[in-house]
Amino acid sequence: MSNIAEQRSGYLGNKEKVARIINSVLEKVSKAEEVSREAIYKELLDVQSIIDEMRQQVGSLKASDISGKHIPGATDELDAVVAATAEATSTIMDACDIIQEKASDAGESSDAIVAEVMKIYEACSFQDITGQRITSVVKTLRKIEDKVDNLIATMSERIPILRDEAEDDDDERQGDEKFLNGPQLPENAISQEDIDKLLAEFDD
Amino acid sequence: MAVDMNMNVLIVDDYTTMLRIIQNLLKQLGFKNIDEATDGTAAFEKVQQKNYGLIISDWNMEPMTGYELLQKIRSSDKPYKNVPFIMVTAESKTENVVAAKKAGVNNYIVKPFNAETLKTKISSVIGDF
Repeated sequence: MSNIAEQRSGYLGNKEKVARIINSVLEKVSKAEEVSREAIYKELLDVQSIIDEMRQQVGSLKASDISGKHIPGATDELDAVVAATAEATSTIMDACDIIQEKASDAGESSDAIVAEVMKIYEACSFQDITGQRITSVVKTLRKIEDKVDNLIATMSERIPILRDEAEDDDDERQGDEKFLNGPQLPENAISQEDIDKLLAEFDD
Repeated sequence: MAVDMNMNVLIVDDYTTMLRIIQNLLKQLGFKNIDEATDGTAAFEKVQQKNYGLIISDWNMEPMTGYELLQKIRSSDKPYKNVPFIMVTAESKTENVVAAKKAGVNNYIVKPFNAETLKTKISSVIGDF
């Protein structure tokens, strides 16, 4: 079972426990002529313990990471995909322009070359289509981000732990997994020159 | 009547890649005077300043969409009111096509498309060339 599914199952179980305890207290109070303070106190302690546990579980969800880190990270990556494909497509079309110009020197093959170049042009429209699809996904992610922000703002008034958890270092990846970050965004990436310099430092 | 290949053609798209593709395809088809705009607002300014024989526009653009551009042109009382207008878009829902047709579009091309489709649709709007 996934972590979220386990937590959800835990909340439902706790909810039932709380209801059971409250019902038990109500039943005792309504039936017995006298209920000891000690008995009610014990039941209330059980409820308090369950609520504390639930608060810990809600806090461990690190909901603020969804809007503070995961979604902005994903949208930045997607924006980078659009930018990179646009740049690559432009390069391809630049090359097509040159081939088209040179095709006139190719004699009988000229028309055939131009026809094939036009097919490359047509295929380049993938950039527009994928760009629109990705932009649509980015917009959806930003809407989710806003909703999560609003949810956290509302909940953090009642559950202070939600306010504090954003400061935690939460990279839970272990071992080699920590190195699997995928391609870096241009502003975060180091250049080949920097890498060469870094490697050279090991040789000194 | 033969199509005047010297007519002014306006292509509107917010993706420079697509502007370049359509521009190149049109040149291959023989059109010589091609202008570009990156959204409906910029396109409408051009339409008011120059006499166009054909507009080929994307739908999804900001701040003014191709659909709004079409409505603005068709609701005008200026000579450009009836300029042939082809929508070239990835918006392929039936409701979009119906709305565009009701707004006065002359033809509708779904992306991605090829040179042959573009030629066929242009011919159906302005005549064979």
